[in-house]
Amino acid sequence: MLLEVKDIVAGYSGVPAIHGVSFSIEEGEIVSMVGANGAGKSTILKTVSGLLRPERGTITFAGQRADGLPPHRLVAMGIAHVPEGRRLFARMTVQQNLIMGAYTQRSEAERAETLAEIYEIFPILKERRTQLAGTMSGGEQQMLAIARGMMSRPRLLMLDEPSLGLMPKLVTQIFELIRRIAARGTTILLVEQNVREALELCDRGYVLQTGKVVAEGTGDELLGSELVKKAYLGL
Amino acid sequence: MAAVNTVEILVQTAVSGLLWGFIFALISVGLTVIFGVMDIVNFAHGDFLMVSMYGAFVLYSFWGLDPLLSLPLVVAFMFGVGVLTYRLLISRVLDAPMLAQIFATFGLLVFLRGAAHLIFHADYQSIKNPILSGSFELFGVTMSVPQVVAAVGAMVITGLVYWFIMKTETGWALQAVAEDKEAASLMGIDSEWMYSLAWGLGSACVAIAGVLLSNFYYIFPEVGVMFGLIAYVAVALGGFGSVTGALVAGVIIGVAEVLGGFLIGPEYKYVIVFLIYLAVVVLRPKGLMGKA
Repeated sequence: MLLEVKDIVAGYSGVPAIHGVSFSIEEGEIVSMVGANGAGKSTILKTVSGLLRPERGTITFAGQRADGLPPHRLVAMGIAHVPEGRRLFARMTVQQNLIMGAYTQRSEAERAETLAEIYEIFPILKERRTQLAGTMSGGEQQMLAIARGMMSRPRLLMLDEPSLGLMPKLVTQIFELIRRIAARGTTILLVEQNVREALELCDRGYVLQTGKVVAEGTGDELLGSELVKKAYLGL
Repeated sequence: MAAVNTVEILVQTAVSGLLWGFIFALISVGLTVIFGVMDIVNFAHGDFLMVSMYGAFVLYSFWGLDPLLSLPLVVAFMFGVGVLTYRLLISRVLDAPMLAQIFATFGLLVFLRGAAHLIFHADYQSIKNPILSGSFELFGVTMSVPQVVAAVGAMVITGLVYWFIMKTETGWALQAVAEDKEAASLMGIDSEWMYSLAWGLGSACVAIAGVLLSNFYYIFPEVGVMFGLIAYVAVALGGFGSVTGALVAGVIIGVAEVLGGFLIGPEYKYVIVFLIYLAVVVLRPKGLMGKA
């Protein structure tokens, strides 16, 4: 088991947004977490990446206790979190953003290798490497955010709403990209409101409602379930 | 003949203003680095200058160490003072209301000034016969050696700070923390470390200015008051957090102060400085090179 989350309670200024959530991810899996706005999806990612401290529960990553550690330690352990809204360093260039993503990677040679690999996957970023991140289009910014997250060579890549605010054609592109990243061996935890695409993409999924897991199963199982059909697919 | 004389005096005055300007710039750079990274104004900044000057004075008085030689010692010491100020004081009020942050550094100002009065009394001290002394003439303009060295030193250090922030990876990490602390932490950047570094760096800048200043300026417990105020004006004028802005603004203020003092009257020189400040606040609140 790469990530094991047990019964975590977490939230903002003492008000819990998730109430006893448990889930797990195997190495190499794509796991999607779907649910409406405010269901607690982002809170879960923030707790796993250390931005929030859980009030209760445990998080184990690659056999080590990970709850309560600061984010920069968790990045070094192999967790990358691409936050909602991209959160790029707008006043820095594309390449500077990528290098910041590899901050924990101290070996210069390894870093150059990662950068070359990333430019191979994202040729548009290579073209734009001297451009200020803030001046790129939404789709390009999202690619940069994902690429920046990959620069630390994470074992687990967590993506928070990567399709948010993008036009449908770009959404398809981003999902295709996630599939390619997964095929290279990176484990992925995807949080999405785009329920159908997210469940079609994943190996397993979890459905969240008001801070609780209400359903879990393979992507197909969930897509076929009454709950998902009714509440999210409008069928 | 009279006309030539006036021109000569004007040039002489402008050069003097320029030399002061670079020193103001270095003091302001120290302040703007801290502000730029963490949005906290160190009200004790001028008093860090005072402490550095006394540092040079003590090393000179007790061990006969010339400021030129004590410079690295004082700078290293003040880097430590900056880091400790962050660790012991500022980190505790980081998430507190702005008023608490203001009082934290304002309290430090009162403490340092009081301590200086207690230890050194209100007397004016100076370092006699430092290695850097005397003056020379260049194109008919007389320049004091310690002042020129201070100005050149200030220029070089300002350039180095700019290079560090813009061209090194650690500098980028500082910028990243400044722009979005949370996103930076997701890159693996330890913001605590970066904040400590910013305070160390800012304090080291003001220490260099202080030691170079101690070669030719009086040392007294209140010496930081005016330098501190000028630094706030320069940071506001240049744009909060901008190193190049602080440099340009420092020079503008230096020239305006000395030249204005000469043309209008020395008693008005600070009036001119603060008029510039008011004009900036009204006309361009983000400063000359401010970001937003």
